[in-house]
Amino acid sequence: MVELSHDSRPIIGRGPPLTAYFLTLAALSVGLMVADQRYQQIDRIRESLSRVIYPMQRAVDFPFRATDWVTGSFADRSRLRQENLALTTRLRLANLQLQRFAVLEEENRRLREMRANSAGIAEKVLVASILNVDLDPFRHRVLLDKGAADGVFKDQAVLDGDGIFGQVSKVNASTAEVILISDAEHAIPVQSNRSGVRTIAVGTGDQNKLSLPFVTVESDLQEGDLLLSTGMGGVFPPGYPVAQVSKVKRAGSTFALVEAKPTAKLDQAREVLLVWFKPPAEPAPVAGDKPPTPSSTPVEDSAAVAPPAQAGGE
Amino acid sequence: MFARRLLYWISMAAGLVLAIVPLPGWLDPFRPDLALLAMIYFVLTSPRIAGLGYAWLSGLFLDVLRGMVLGQHALGFLVVGYLTHKLQLRMRMFPIVQQAVIVMLLLGLYHFLMFWIDGLTGHSFTGWVRWLPVLSGALLWPLVVALGDSLTRRSS
Repeated sequence: MVELSHDSRPIIGRGPPLTAYFLTLAALSVGLMVADQRYQQIDRIRESLSRVIYPMQRAVDFPFRATDWVTGSFADRSRLRQENLALTTRLRLANLQLQRFAVLEEENRRLREMRANSAGIAEKVLVASILNVDLDPFRHRVLLDKGAADGVFKDQAVLDGDGIFGQVSKVNASTAEVILISDAEHAIPVQSNRSGVRTIAVGTGDQNKLSLPFVTVESDLQEGDLLLSTGMGGVFPPGYPVAQVSKVKRAGSTFALVEAKPTAKLDQAREVLLVWFKPPAEPAPVAGDKPPTPSSTPVEDSAAVAPPAQAGGE
Repeated sequence: MFARRLLYWISMAAGLVLAIVPLPGWLDPFRPDLALLAMIYFVLTSPRIAGLGYAWLSGLFLDVLRGMVLGQHALGFLVVGYLTHKLQLRMRMFPIVQQAVIVMLLLGLYHFLMFWIDGLTGHSFTGWVRWLPVLSGALLWPLVVALGDSLTRRSS
């Protein structure tokens, strides 16, 4: 039971009038919320607060990392050998493909040079690990252990070994928050590898499902099609796998019901890549609504704004 | 007095840490707002130490921790803290079950506020799952009281 003890507020000298204090702080919170929605400067407050919070996040992450380390260092020999063998095989295969890739890349570069179009290929990557902290069960956000100190910027593309993972939504001093492509507030422009159909893949809140709401019944999409990033909007580098079409239902009269499964391992990845790349110079007359952005900060969520129907002449 | 203060901050930090510890998927929606429960407990037992400022600040830290709109949880904590302050003389007399019911109402109000602000800032999530912490928090209340009582008795 709660004790009815020594610390009840005395009748005389109650300290500051409670209601006035309450109203002041309430007004302050509302002001903060409005400012957070409107102005960038508030990020500085967030950043300084996040310095206080950082040890807590590390503390939560530590046991997981420690068990990882312990199981890693005491792994038995046969398992390590097996793993080693599997990795060697994969490396050999990858090297083989790489040889072909080098030739293709050279060819691609020459072709692009002919078109005077800079290739939107990753120029620099940084490996970041995902901290084991839970941000919000209803949103797909993760926290990386790299932040402004490492040069991470807002809207930076995040990839894992298998495809596009998400984009940086908030940058703190030594951590960064990433919104996954499966978050219900995220959208990414994609293109079918097989047919070249362009559309937008929207997150559903389910980590194994993206929805493609703007695909018409007539458009050429099939189950199994690989969807690649187009690079429109300047957030994501073009040509990286995003998802594989898992379901196409042409029931309605205008829009087909299309779902796709992200290729990146959104729920398993422990380490991801932060990517710096030069956005492709957009062919100015076609791309329309906004001038080709140079390397500076891209517009927020511009991925979602990119018009789907500009099937252009690629 | 100092020991109380320290205890308050430590339990607040613990509550905040528990707010971001990864839980297995099925348990995740049930995650009780332990930082909020700790705040209510301390406002009830030592209202002169655990004032509105404390409540507001811990809410603000939770905002940063979870990457929410700055001020969202701060406002929620503040409202709950204020109401607890207003109700504390009555609430202390209640048997534990009745207290738990009041706590459930406070938690309900808190989550309604969060739901409302989420909607205003365009992050709305309308599933019924988001109301589960109200239930789990109320069920945990007797435990929080027992734990808090044993800790404060040792520290004072």
